Amino acid sequence: MSKRNPEYDFKWCPGCGDFGVKRAVEAALTDRAATLSQPIENSVIVAGIGCSGNLVHLQEGPQPFGIHGIHGRTLPIAYGLKSSRPDLNVLIVSGDGDFLSIGAEHIGPQAKRNIDVTAIIMDNGVYGLTKGQASPTTEIEVITSTTPYGKLDDPSRPLETYLAAGVSFLASTLSTQVKAMQQLITEAMEYPGFSIVHVQSPCTTYNDNYAALKGNEKEGILPMAYPIEEGHDAGDIDAAYRLARDSRIPVGIIYKREDSIPAHERLDLARERTGATQKSVEELFQTMAI
Amino acid sequence: MSNNLVVRFAGEGGQGVVGGSEILAAAAAAVGYHILTFSTFPSQIKGGPAWGQARISTEEILSSGDELDVLVALNQYAYDHNVEELSSTGFVVYNSEEFELDDPRAIGLPADQMARDAGNPRAANMIVIGAVAQLADFPLGYLEEFVTKRFSRGRPGDEQIIEGNIKALHMGAEAAKELGMSLDSLESPKSIEGERILIKGFEAACLGAIAAGLDSFIGYPISPATTMLVYMESNLHGSDKFVGQASSEIESIASLIGAGFSGKKVMTSTAGPGLSLMGEGLGLAWMAEIPLVVANIQRGGPATGLPTKTEQSDLIVAINPGHGDMSVPVIAPGTIEEAFWAAADAVNWAERYQGPVILLSEASIAERQQDILKPDMSKLVVENRSVSDGSEGNERYKGDAVSPFPVPGGPGAYVANGSEHDEQGDTTHLPDVHIRMTERRFKKLELLMDGHYEAENTDSSIALLPWGSSKGPTYAAFQSLRSKGEDIAWYYTMYLNPLPTALLDELLSKDLVLVPELSYLGQLAQILRAKGIKAEPITQYTGLPFKENVLEARITEIVQERAGRMLVS
Ligand SMILES: Cc1ncc(C[n+]2csc(CCOP(=O)(O)OP(=O)(O)O)c2C)c(N)n1
Ligand code: SF4
Ligand SMILES: [Mg+2]
Repeated sequence: MSKRNPEYDFKWCPGCGDFGVKRAVEAALTDRAATLSQPIENSVIVAGIGCSGNLVHLQEGPQPFGIHGIHGRTLPIAYGLKSSRPDLNVLIVSGDGDFLSIGAEHIGPQAKRNIDVTAIIMDNGVYGLTKGQASPTTEIEVITSTTPYGKLDDPSRPLETYLAAGVSFLASTLSTQVKAMQQLITEAMEYPGFSIVHVQSPCTTYNDNYAALKGNEKEGILPMAYPIEEGHDAGDIDAAYRLARDSRIPVGIIYKREDSIPAHERLDLARERTGATQKSVEELFQTMAI
Repeated sequence: MSNNLVVRFAGEGGQGVVGGSEILAAAAAAVGYHILTFSTFPSQIKGGPAWGQARISTEEILSSGDELDVLVALNQYAYDHNVEELSSTGFVVYNSEEFELDDPRAIGLPADQMARDAGNPRAANMIVIGAVAQLADFPLGYLEEFVTKRFSRGRPGDEQIIEGNIKALHMGAEAAKELGMSLDSLESPKSIEGERILIKGFEAACLGAIAAGLDSFIGYPISPATTMLVYMESNLHGSDKFVGQASSEIESIASLIGAGFSGKKVMTSTAGPGLSLMGEGLGLAWMAEIPLVVANIQRGGPATGLPTKTEQSDLIVAINPGHGDMSVPVIAPGTIEEAFWAAADAVNWAERYQGPVILLSEASIAERQQDILKPDMSKLVVENRSVSDGSEGNERYKGDAVSPFPVPGGPGAYVANGSEHDEQGDTTHLPDVHIRMTERRFKKLELLMDGHYEAENTDSSIALLPWGSSKGPTYAAFQSLRSKGEDIAWYYTMYLNPLPTALLDELLSKDLVLVPELSYLGQLAQILRAKGIKAEPITQYTGLPFKENVLEARITEIVQERAGRMLVS
């Protein structure tokens, strides 16, 4: 329950991975405000529809602005917001269904525009809010309420999808590593261009994969997640693809394009180059004079 | 002498029929005539039946015209399908290189050959325009003046082009003269007071929005609304302005929500298919109380329908574009001047009541070109949403109607929420909150019920109430009926939702309200009946606008049949 509003009636299940993401977002936004000596109101959280999107109502302490819109449209909302107000810090929080299924059509265009926003995807491999249907990242053969024979579709590989779409900055992490995640979010927000922080954020109710992510040393099960080695060159797209194609989950910064010019700067530069200036309505009427 | 000339250029898409009508109209406007153009073409780049029409008059023009004085037919099909609209005194000018006609009213010109002879193979249109001018006794000097102005672009070769075009005009005129035919000559133009401009409907709408302080425009190409996006891309580019091409209408509306939330005045343009895709987003704007304007330029039919034709069949979906309890404000201009003011009002309304507004226009208005007096900018009112100073804390949705709008970066952080929410924008399912917030959203509409409306001969118990582009032809029919002594009232407003309260009261007292509208369903009539008004539609669903005489006949028929019924009973 949001402290600022006791009437708010949404709750996450105990142990839900999204709690960790919430703490990392809170800390990253508060820190950003302090570091830049800006009010936290300069940040806007654009939330998708899903358990994950409810993060926007659960922020404790100083409150950023928020938009909790409709299913799958965080990216275009952020596009209009950032294009109209480049001075604002825009953060998206979305789920694997919201971002990679109904909202998938928006990833490519925003990546190509290189809008200067940071998207945090809480991937739990399931539709949580609608109670446990298969999502794009649900593994093959997994039984859910909509896949009684086990899932027939191959799972989507989000990290690879993002790189192919042309995302400028990509990090991957786990909801349990709150401090490290906070650091990645901060770096992503500082980055001038479209950045994604993809978080494995387990759903304890419908797809509890904590054990698989962590592995079990005693039983000789390797963890799914592993830290990206020190020597990885995040500026190298081929190296980034190699990590993204790994069947396990790399943790850290996968890709960071070096020559990123964000959308709003491209527009400013184009206007400078062409000398386009605003004509008054009176001047525009004059072009139509008989 | 006649005070009115209607010329239609008919042929195939890509043959310059629209250009031909626009050149003739622009030349006439330049020398002081009133003009109005209308065009219709299929949804393809080259080929398919197309025509462009110019109406030229010494009087103010209300519609694109009923009968043709001159039909320019560039192929047999164009002749066959348009000749029945030729007036009994009219002429046909046709391209005799394409086909032969056995019609005593027809003048064949080998226009392409003549253009080559004139030294400008691209001047076939000018040959035809010269012939038309001759037929109508329209001084060639006007056209020469216009051609000189149009092609003096400061480029090498301008002079040659001008010379070739002028020569072509004269060759066309000579050819027509030799055949010895002529129309009633057109009266000289009357002098018009004030600054005149030649403007298209979409330009007027864009300028109205810019005048009201538009900041961002984001759209996706779709006929017949693409022109607005294109106009904005090249005319709205101040340092704090943004224009973008979205990847779909779903993106357009979602991005407008982000932009409107950011504190900016925002707009998109679309047509039926795009409006359908925007339904959910418009619901979000209604729920979260985000000011934004969607210009929906109506075309024909459900699905892809008739992309390049005109219709008035989106009124119901404009008011209820998505699921759930909502009623989106709609302003529908009936003329080009009104397109300017309606767009400014749409931006103002969005600011005033803090929510989505639909500017509902039509292909036939958006694409029409007309001479108008430059809008009087001293009459322009620019409204800005009331902005929060933080004194409400986080309670953005406080109170039972409009409340101050917190702008990101400033005080009053809240969540703009599309789920039902409490004062701070946090999700709730409590019945009493849903009741309170639903009533709040509808109450805001009361701020928009003071719209202006026209009323004439209001004592009559039978009234006309057209909307949108049907205004012009209906008003012409009304004037004609009145001059014949028919007792009928005239009402008109561009504020269709919510309707002005005073207008509603007047309409409720009528025995019959006739609503000419271009659709099968008769959507405004349906809406009025739901409000207890005895409304009946006069419908047409051809993809084309009403003609004045057809409308007059249908109104007369209904009124007389009614009178007959009353005598019998
Ligand atoms: C247009 C539309 N379709 C369907 C839904 C129902 N719906 C709500 S959330 C959701 C899936 C959410 O899954 P995900 O994005 O993975 O979020 P999670 O709950 O797992 O965090 C769906 C299908 C909706 N709200 N809107
Ligand atoms: S259903 Fe899953 S994702 Fe949703 S709150 Fe519960 S644990 Fe979290
Ligand atoms: Mg999920």
